[in-house]
Amino acid sequence: MQVSKEKKLEMLRSMLLSRRFEESLVELCKIQGKIPGMMILCTGQEAVGSGVCSALNPEDVIISNHRSHNHLLAKGADPKALMAEIYGKKTGCNKGKSGTLHLAVPEINAPCTSTVVGGGLPISVGVAFAQKYKNEKSVTVCLFGDGAADEGSFHEALNLASLWDLPVIFVCENNLYAGAQRYEEHTKVKNIADRAVGYAIAGEIVDGNDAVAVFEATRRARERAVSGQGPTLIECKTYRCRGHGEADPQHYQPKDEIAEWTEKCPIPRLRGELLSEGWITDKELQELEKEIEKMVADAVRFAEESPWPDLEEALEDVYVS
Amino acid sequence: MQQLGMGQAVNQALREEMARNPDVFIAGEGVGVSIHDNPMLPTAGLLREFGPGRVKDTPVSEAAIAGLAVGAAVAGLRPVVEIMFNPFFTLASDMIVNHAAKLRYLSGGKSTFPLVVRIKSGAGFGAGCQHSHNLEAWVAHCPGLKVVMPSTPADAKGLLKSAIRDDDPVIFIEDMMLYFAPGPVPDEEYLIPMGKADIKRKGQDATIVTWSKMLGVAMKAADRLAEEGVQVEVVDLRTLVPLDKETVLSSVRKTGRLVVLHEATRTGGFAGEICAVVTEEAFSSLKAPFRRVTGPDIPVPVSPPLERFYIPDEEKLIEAVREIL
Ligand SMILES: Cc1ncc(C[n+]2csc(CCOP(=O)(O)OP(=O)(O)O)c2C)c(N)n1
Repeated sequence: MQVSKEKKLEMLRSMLLSRRFEESLVELCKIQGKIPGMMILCTGQEAVGSGVCSALNPEDVIISNHRSHNHLLAKGADPKALMAEIYGKKTGCNKGKSGTLHLAVPEINAPCTSTVVGGGLPISVGVAFAQKYKNEKSVTVCLFGDGAADEGSFHEALNLASLWDLPVIFVCENNLYAGAQRYEEHTKVKNIADRAVGYAIAGEIVDGNDAVAVFEATRRARERAVSGQGPTLIECKTYRCRGHGEADPQHYQPKDEIAEWTEKCPIPRLRGELLSEGWITDKELQELEKEIEKMVADAVRFAEESPWPDLEEALEDVYVS
Repeated sequence: MQQLGMGQAVNQALREEMARNPDVFIAGEGVGVSIHDNPMLPTAGLLREFGPGRVKDTPVSEAAIAGLAVGAAVAGLRPVVEIMFNPFFTLASDMIVNHAAKLRYLSGGKSTFPLVVRIKSGAGFGAGCQHSHNLEAWVAHCPGLKVVMPSTPADAKGLLKSAIRDDDPVIFIEDMMLYFAPGPVPDEEYLIPMGKADIKRKGQDATIVTWSKMLGVAMKAADRLAEEGVQVEVVDLRTLVPLDKETVLSSVRKTGRLVVLHEATRTGGFAGEICAVVTEEAFSSLKAPFRRVTGPDIPVPVSPPLERFYIPDEEKLIEAVREIL
């Protein structure tokens, strides 16, 4: 099936938004005290979240991990609410309790994010179980890293999802690193997707820097899921162009490897495709970029101007004895 | 005397024990090649010195890391494994709680499990509750485990060396905010026994019992109270299990007043245990009810003002001391 112009534009737009959003975070991180905690970005990996989410319906659910900005923006999260949350402000989507690591945006069917590596996998099985239980025609996507596939939770989740033919899509973002450990240093099997065999489910390997390929694989997996054929394990081969987090000097990542993958950036790739297909003009592209620039600037301004939460709010949203 | 941060002190302990005993090895996520290329951190440089045979970078699999420790320990090695952040101990907990802690007993004393689990802990770095959660009371509640929570670099070094030589499984909890604060560490070899609390400041008006990072809060509060003429005694437990009841009790018998301070949340926290012991064994010497100063019963929030609200500070401690004077 052809991928429509609208879908490709949607993916380009969400990749551009995610990149600009995270570039502004890089700048803000350099200013002491602006942003609390860690800052974990997905520069170079945007084709995954953007490709996956463009293939989903609004009622489909995503469960994300510590590298979630792109996933959530692509699913339709409000950049203002995300930015304010990352600052720890009262107006943030989680009232300042989550910060960047565990952003939850139930409005867009991203009800929780786990920063416990592998934590999202069993949860996504539960969500998919509920979807099937309620006879909904929706699916759940769990996004996780190659490192997460080392946790027991990965295996337990895939086994159960397979056994019960649950409508869940496991999307592994294999960015070649788990912390400072290179893929070959933490996993011996050549591809994470090869493990699908062990659970009798479909497995696919995709060029994770090709948003269209990710989109198509997700669409196929979604078809399988809603038609009762159970889960799919999709492995997107991509690369982490920045450090694990912004405090990471990347001393263990070869410089030429970073350069090589920076060349393979998914954004110019899709932009080039759209330009050569004549589906967008240079002028339209510039306008799109300007619009995104403004959106992110507005989000930063909103976060800056927002108040801190009141101290009593620390005691809300949980039972306190 | 050398001045070291706690990370460096832990590093020295590991280096010395590895040099001393070839059965000691370390394992964990990024204990060799870490994303933090920082000499202040606990396992920096050890891979270079001891090689990949004894410094094992593992996959992200806490259950496997803990199981590795249990199995290697019963087979005669002395594993020192690392759990990156305290909340991820829950993934390792089956192997530690259901196995390491129980198997010597279950073997009728025939099998031993001389392992150490080093856990990085503490709030204050703005990462939120899936990275910051003080779970010392969980492990202290589990029979069969020893639980160490040092407050100074010197204590950390001496206690870790003892933990590595101990034949029981030891949970060794390091507050990350202490890694970078330098303190004096003796140059020569020394051990600090587990189960021996340390009086970090003498006083006769009230006893503050605390451990780990909260010692700093207690010392600051003590300084300020001293300006008002109130002399508090600060008891640093250093190990929760074994618990040095005698030091706590004799301090309370002297001062007649007790405040227990910890960062972990209140309900079911270890302060309750200390207060119970004192009430059971030194009730008649109490001149006022005890007080607990702890984190509130909430997960640690990220927002900077809310995180500050969570972490107990001198103000709250001073207020609690004043209430019972
Ligand atoms: C259970 C658990 N263990 C350790 C960590 C610390 N940690 C955070 S991210 C990470 C690496 C994860 O690698 P991967 O799953 O490949 O995701 P990536 O960061 O590459 O996107 C580790 C070890 C954690 N958050 N959770």
